[in-house]
Amino acid sequence: MNLFQSIMEQLLNGLRTGSIYALIALGYSMVYGIAKMINFAHGDVIMVGAYALFMGMTALSLPLPVAIIFTIVVCAVLGIAIEKVAYKPLRNASSLAVLITAIGMSFLLQSLALIIFSATPIPFKSIISMKGIKIAGVDIPGITIITLVVTTAIMVALTLFINKTKAGSAMRAVSEDRGAAALMGINVNRTISMTFAIGSALAAVAGILYICQYQSITPTLGALPGIKAFVAAVLGGIGSIPGAMVGGILLGIVESMSKAYISTELADAIVFGVLVVILLVKPSGLLGKLKAEKV
Amino acid sequence: MKNERNKFTKGKIINIVIAVLIYILIMAALNGGMLSRQMSSLLVPICVNVMLAVSLNLITGFLGELTLGHAGFMSIGAYAGSLLTIYLDLPMYVEFIIAILVGGAVAAFFGFLIGVPVLRLRGDYLAIVTLAFGEIIKSVINVIKITNGAKGLNDIPSYSTFRNFTIVYILVILTIILIVNLVNSRHGRAIRSIRDNYIAAESVGIPVSKFKVMAFVISAFFAGVAGVVYAHNVGIIKPTTFDYNKSIEILVIVVLGGMGNIRGSIIAATILTLLPEMLRGADNLRMLIYAIVLIAMMLFNGSGAKERLISSKYFPKFLKRQKGVE
Amino acid sequence: MALLEVTNLGISFGGLRAVDNFNIKIEKGQLYGLIGPNGAGKTTIFNLLTGVYQPTDGTIALDGEVLNGKSPAQICQSGISRTFQNIRLFHEMTVLDNVKAALHNQMTYSLADTFFRLPKYRKKEDEMNRKAVEILKVFDLDSHADHLAANLPYGKQRKLEIARALATNPKLLLLDEPAAGMNPNETAELMDTIKLIRDQFDITVLLIEHDMKLVSGICEYLTVLNFGTELASGTPNVVLNNPVVITAYLGE
Repeated sequence: MNLFQSIMEQLLNGLRTGSIYALIALGYSMVYGIAKMINFAHGDVIMVGAYALFMGMTALSLPLPVAIIFTIVVCAVLGIAIEKVAYKPLRNASSLAVLITAIGMSFLLQSLALIIFSATPIPFKSIISMKGIKIAGVDIPGITIITLVVTTAIMVALTLFINKTKAGSAMRAVSEDRGAAALMGINVNRTISMTFAIGSALAAVAGILYICQYQSITPTLGALPGIKAFVAAVLGGIGSIPGAMVGGILLGIVESMSKAYISTELADAIVFGVLVVILLVKPSGLLGKLKAEKV
Repeated sequence: MKNERNKFTKGKIINIVIAVLIYILIMAALNGGMLSRQMSSLLVPICVNVMLAVSLNLITGFLGELTLGHAGFMSIGAYAGSLLTIYLDLPMYVEFIIAILVGGAVAAFFGFLIGVPVLRLRGDYLAIVTLAFGEIIKSVINVIKITNGAKGLNDIPSYSTFRNFTIVYILVILTIILIVNLVNSRHGRAIRSIRDNYIAAESVGIPVSKFKVMAFVISAFFAGVAGVVYAHNVGIIKPTTFDYNKSIEILVIVVLGGMGNIRGSIIAATILTLLPEMLRGADNLRMLIYAIVLIAMMLFNGSGAKERLISSKYFPKFLKRQKGVE
Repeated sequence: MALLEVTNLGISFGGLRAVDNFNIKIEKGQLYGLIGPNGAGKTTIFNLLTGVYQPTDGTIALDGEVLNGKSPAQICQSGISRTFQNIRLFHEMTVLDNVKAALHNQMTYSLADTFFRLPKYRKKEDEMNRKAVEILKVFDLDSHADHLAANLPYGKQRKLEIARALATNPKLLLLDEPAAGMNPNETAELMDTIKLIRDQFDITVLLIEHDMKLVSGICEYLTVLNFGTELASGTPNVVLNNPVVITAYLGE
C-alpha cells in the first residue's frame, strides 16, 4: 500500500468518525443557540439510543427500519422530557446552575442504564451489511459509505428545514432574541421543545452509526463521543449550524490523522491542542459570531 | 466603621473556635477508636476536596469564570510533589513540606501558562479551553517517561494519611485562611469587581488582565497543594485519576456550596465526599441517588422555590442571612 | 494650557464614520456639557476619551500628556474617570466595597500584606474605609454602606456610580446622562451635588445630558454634536438659541 492510499484511507476514516461527531455537535449547537446552555446530557442520549435500538431489535423483535424509527422516537421524547423536567424550571437561573443540572442529568441517565443493563458491554452486530468498494486502490468500507450518505442527507435536510420552513425561522428567531420572538407570537416553549427533539433525534442516528462502528454497548458509551462533539461544536463556533458540521468533520480528520501518523496516545492531546490554538486565534470558533459588549 | 471592625473580629474568633473544636472532635474520635476504618479513611479525601473547592471558588465564584480543568492543576501538583518525595531522601516533614511548596509552585506556573492565553476568552469558550488543557495535561502525563506513563507512580510515601491528620488539617486551614484573606483585600476586591462588571473595573483603574492571571495562578497553587496531599494519602497516582470528571466533581461542590461562598464550599465538599461513601451499601443505586440529589438541589436553588421558602413565614429567622463574603 | 485638549478626533467602525474631526478644549475647573440628538456620537466620544475605543485619527491630551494608545485602566490612572449611560456597578459587592474598589490605585499594599494580614493591611484598609465613607457622605449614601449595590434604588445607584468615579481621584470626571430616569426633584438635587463636587474636590466635569434644564442650569460651556461632528459651541444661552441647533433637535 502506498502513502497516497494510506492517507486516503485515514482521511476517509476521519471523515466517517467526523461526520458522526458532526451529527452530535449539531445537537449541542442547536440547543446552545436556542437555550443558551451546554446540554451535558446530550452525549448520554446517544447511549440511550444505542440501548433503544438493541432492545427494539431483540426484546421487541421489531424489523430493522421500525427499530430505527423506534430509536429516534425514544430519543426525541427523552430530549423533550429532559428539557421539561430539568432545564425549563431554570430558565431564569444562572447558566452555571443549568450546566450543573445537565451534568446531573448525564449521571442520572448513565446510572439508570447501569442499573437496567449492568456495566457488562453488550456485543452488537453492525446492522450495516453493505460491501465495501475499491477506488484507485483505496478501500472504502460499506459502513463509511452509509455513514457519509446518511449524515450528508441529514445535514442537507436540516439546513433546508432551518432556512426554508416556518418552524425553522421560528427557531432562528428564538435563538436571536427569545423575548422579541415571544412578542412576535412565536410559541417559545414549543420551539425549544422542538429543538431538543431534533437534537436528540440526531443523537439517536449518531448513536446507531456509532455502535455499528464499535459493535459494543455500555452505559458510558456516550461520554467520549459526547465530549468530542462538544469540542467540535465549540471549534466550529457554538450556536452555528454550519460551524458544528465543519468542526465535527475537522475534528474527526485531525484525530484519525494523528492516530495514524503521530501517536495513538497523544491523539487526544493533539485534538484538544488544535481546539486551543483555533480559539486563541479566533475566540468565537471558526464560524461563530463574536458579540462585543456595548459600552 | 467601628461597628464593622468589631463585627469582623467577632466573626473571626467564632471561626477560630469552630476550627479548633472540629479538630479536637476529630482527633478525639480518631484516638478513641470511634471512627470506623472507612470513616477514618475519608478524613483526608474530605480535606483534599475542601482545598480543591475553596481554590476553584476563587476562579468560579470570585472571578466569575467557569473552568473545567481544575483536576489538571491538581495532577501537576500530585506528580511534582510525589516525584520529589520518591527521589529525595530527607526526613519526612522536611521532604513533605518541600513537596507541598514545589507541587503548588509547579501547578501555579501552569496556572500562569494557561491563564495568559485564556485572557482572550470568556464564558463557555473559556470553560472548554480549560477542559482541553486538563485533558492535554492528562495525555502528556500518560506518555512521558518520568511520570511512568499510564501505569502511574507507586510507592509514594504515606505522609498525609489520616494517621498524620494534624498536618493535613493545618494545610486545609491555611488554604482557607489565605484565600479568605485574599478575597477580603484590595486584590480580592479587584477580582470580584471584574466578576461583577469588567468594563467598570477597567474604568476605575483596575488592570483586569493582571488580576485574572493572578486568580488563576493562586487557585492553581492551592489545587497543586491539594494534589500533593491526595497523592501522599493514596500512595498511587495514575493519569486517569485526574480526568474531567474530577474537575466536574469539584465544580459541582462549588456550585452547590454557593458561588463565592467559602463556608458553603467547605460544607458541600464534606457532604459530597461523604454521600457516595454512605451509599456504598447500595452500590448500583449510589450514582442514581447522587444524580437525583444533584438535580433536585439545583432545581430547588435555581427555580425560585428556595426564595419562596425563605420568604415564607415558616422559615426560621436565624437561618436567614445577608448574602456576602464570609 | 487647557486641561483636556482633543484635536481632530475621529473613529470609523467599518464604513461608518461615528466621530469625525472633533475638537474640544476644556479648562481646569470648568463644567462642560456635551449635547446632541440620539446617535450623534456623544457616548462614542466618552469611549474614545477613556480608552474603551482607540481613535482612528486625532489626539487626546490631558494636562499635556497624550492618552492615545493607553488602556482604560491606565487612562483612569492618568486622571479621567467616568460613569456609564447604562449603570455599571459592582452589583454583588457592598456599596462601601464599590467605592473601595475604586481606591485600588491610591491606597496600596502588597500581596504579602494581604495573605498574612500584616499591619500595613489593617492601616491601609482603615484609611480606605475612612476615605470611602467620606465620599459616600457627600452623596448621602453612607447609611447604605453595608448594603449590596444591587439592592439600592435606581437614583441611588446613579449616585453611587458617581461616587465610585470620584474615588479614583480624577482630574476630569465624565458623566454620561447622570439625570437619566430621575424625577425633577432628584435632578435638582443632582445639579447641586455636581456643583458641590466640582468645588469641593476641585475637579473638572464633562457631562452628556438630554435634560436641558440641567444643562442650562449648571454647564458653563456647551458643545453640540450632530452626526459625529461639532455643530456649535459656546455658552448655553448662545448655543441653545442657535437656529442650527434647534433645527438639529426638532427637525426642519
